[in-house]
Amino acid sequence: MSYSKKLVATAVFAAFASSATVALATTEVQWWHAMGGTNGERVNKLASDFNATQSDYKVVPVYKGNYTETMTAAVAAFRANEQPHIVQVFEVGTATMMAAKGAVYPVEQVMKDAGEPFDKSIYLPAVISYYQTPAGELLSMPFNSSTPVLWYNKDAFKKAGVASVPKTWDDMKSASEKLVAAGYKCGFSFGWQSWVMIENYSSWHNMSMGTKENGFAGTDTEFTFNNDKTKARLQQIADWSKDKLFTYGGRRGDSLSMYTNGECGMWMNSSAYYGSIKKQAKFEFGQAMLPLDTAVASKPQNSIIGGATLWVLRGHDKEEYKGVAKFMSYLSSSAVQAWWHQETGYVPITTPAYELSKKQGFYKSNPGTDIAIQQLSLNTPTPNSKGLRFGNFVQIRDVLNEEMEAIWAGKKTAAEGLDDAAERGNKLLRKFERANK
Amino acid sequence: MLKRVHFGPSALPFLLVAPQIIITLVFFIWPASHALYQSLLIQDAFGLSTEFVWFENFEVLFEDDQYLGAFERTITFSILVATSSMGFSLILAAMADRVIKGSMAYRTFLIWPYAVAPVVAGALWVFMLDPTLGILTYGLSALGYEWNHKLNGAEAMGLVVIASAWKQVAYNFLFFLAAMQSIPKSLIEAAAIDGAGPIRRFWTIIFPLISPTTFFLLVVNVVYAFFDTFGIIHAVTQGGPANSTEILVYKVYNDGFVGLDLGSSAAQSVILMIIVIGLTVIQFKYIEKKVEY
Repeated sequence: MSYSKKLVATAVFAAFASSATVALATTEVQWWHAMGGTNGERVNKLASDFNATQSDYKVVPVYKGNYTETMTAAVAAFRANEQPHIVQVFEVGTATMMAAKGAVYPVEQVMKDAGEPFDKSIYLPAVISYYQTPAGELLSMPFNSSTPVLWYNKDAFKKAGVASVPKTWDDMKSASEKLVAAGYKCGFSFGWQSWVMIENYSSWHNMSMGTKENGFAGTDTEFTFNNDKTKARLQQIADWSKDKLFTYGGRRGDSLSMYTNGECGMWMNSSAYYGSIKKQAKFEFGQAMLPLDTAVASKPQNSIIGGATLWVLRGHDKEEYKGVAKFMSYLSSSAVQAWWHQETGYVPITTPAYELSKKQGFYKSNPGTDIAIQQLSLNTPTPNSKGLRFGNFVQIRDVLNEEMEAIWAGKKTAAEGLDDAAERGNKLLRKFERANK
Repeated sequence: MLKRVHFGPSALPFLLVAPQIIITLVFFIWPASHALYQSLLIQDAFGLSTEFVWFENFEVLFEDDQYLGAFERTITFSILVATSSMGFSLILAAMADRVIKGSMAYRTFLIWPYAVAPVVAGALWVFMLDPTLGILTYGLSALGYEWNHKLNGAEAMGLVVIASAWKQVAYNFLFFLAAMQSIPKSLIEAAAIDGAGPIRRFWTIIFPLISPTTFFLLVVNVVYAFFDTFGIIHAVTQGGPANSTEILVYKVYNDGFVGLDLGSSAAQSVILMIIVIGLTVIQFKYIEKKVEY
């Protein structure tokens, strides 16, 4: 190539480059999420509101199905080198995402590289501790987080003569007995049983669910949830089901209808069911903290969260990650967080957003909506209560579902069921350890 | 000799079969070989670390009680689905064969369920038998039976069998009816003149004569129960409670797409592939030779 030709080539290249920057005046940021229905509309509003605040970046939200489908889609896309910038992954996928070091771009690093101000101290400790490395680096941005609470039917309590909301499991028993005696089909039920009755039961009573700080300190963790205390609790619940004090109503939120149509006076599940319950229940309802097992602990520790966070995937241009960082800052700003919290029932992820909601009088006009935050921030999280990091946790939750169903059906005792679950779970942990060396 | 002279070498036949060959290679051979290769690997979800382990995924499967349980369950499930849907449609076809007035309307109604998508079929039954909201559950509880397929594995199995069999009745009905109508009327009339009643005629003349169709349907129904019932199970029970409706094809999905354990999932689909090949071989060998016409 002669000198003049080189010059021409450079000029042409420069022309292309400048036209390219013109064409890329708005850099697109792909955001894959799993929020359908009303929450999906809210996600779209978040993105369009952000796009309206500036003209450099455009966030494009894409609904990819439920949590599992969204995660599988992102994994498949990554393998085909077509990954989005941001993907919403549920909490049980955390270990899988975290182990994929070459695929994920830690959020704290994204902020730092983009020069975006980021003050970690304003985030609620119980919310972000779930997504930090042992060294304290934040890996993904909490988006929609909730925690299980005790939902109760005020009208049913009045009718059955239950004077005060149960605080302990003994109270749960006596309240359920009264409810059943008053003609209710069951005393209480719960959904997401692994999350509510194993994961949160452990953290609420400051017990470990697995060794190595619930998996935070290494993939060579082993399960400890098959301890005598959890066994005794589940066995008692299984025994209660003979007298209808407890009725099992299926996985996830399937048992919601048993609560909202008035069959069961109490229901333990996510605080994020607030919207559905408000719409469906034709009775006065309230939410309270999870019951305490006085045989296990004298006071509760703190509950752990569920829900999803936003993970940033590697493999895009630096400029695009600046847009990602800007969007993350926008999402965690107080006004946006307070709006999201009040609309959806998910907990706010920052203290200023909580304070703002308080100032706006949200908790006064919607009593009980701050129970979740109180539960999460009851105490400083311990290694037992800062969260869980188990690989293959999606399957492990299924194992727990299966074994717990066997316990409720009376096919196994609680001791047998939990021991089997721990054994099967440990096998899955070893498999994960091996695949992620 | 003559043939060779008339048809010299030509590219045309190759061109004509090429589309079929290409489709087979791209859509069947390539994915299948990929599954074969994947089944020999242990890999993390994102494909960042890969270990070649030969047949370890298979060894683990055959030592796994859960997998062997799924195998047994699939066999029970497919026997139940095949016998109940074929038995029911055989009765319906025998009836329809004898109907003279309004036979078109009768047949049309019976064929309708075949147009219903598996997931929709599943959803229909879910609504009817929902433990709290279902209309059939309501009726059952009036009779003193508490139906809860979310807790009771046998009931869950019953439900997916009914939903799957119901969906297949229309298909079986069509084939049985066609087979019955192709039996020469003279045979049946001769038997009638000899004094054989409708039931006698059915068992001694019609049933043996439609046996090739019955055998064909048996294979088709078993394959259907093995593979095509995924949509129904996904909509109705998602494999639960306590695994009691998790058949092989559902486990492939669950381990691969939910659990992201691609190696084990691929190994399972390879095993399923072998089963289909086996079933097809049996079908070809026996349907032509062993069944008496």
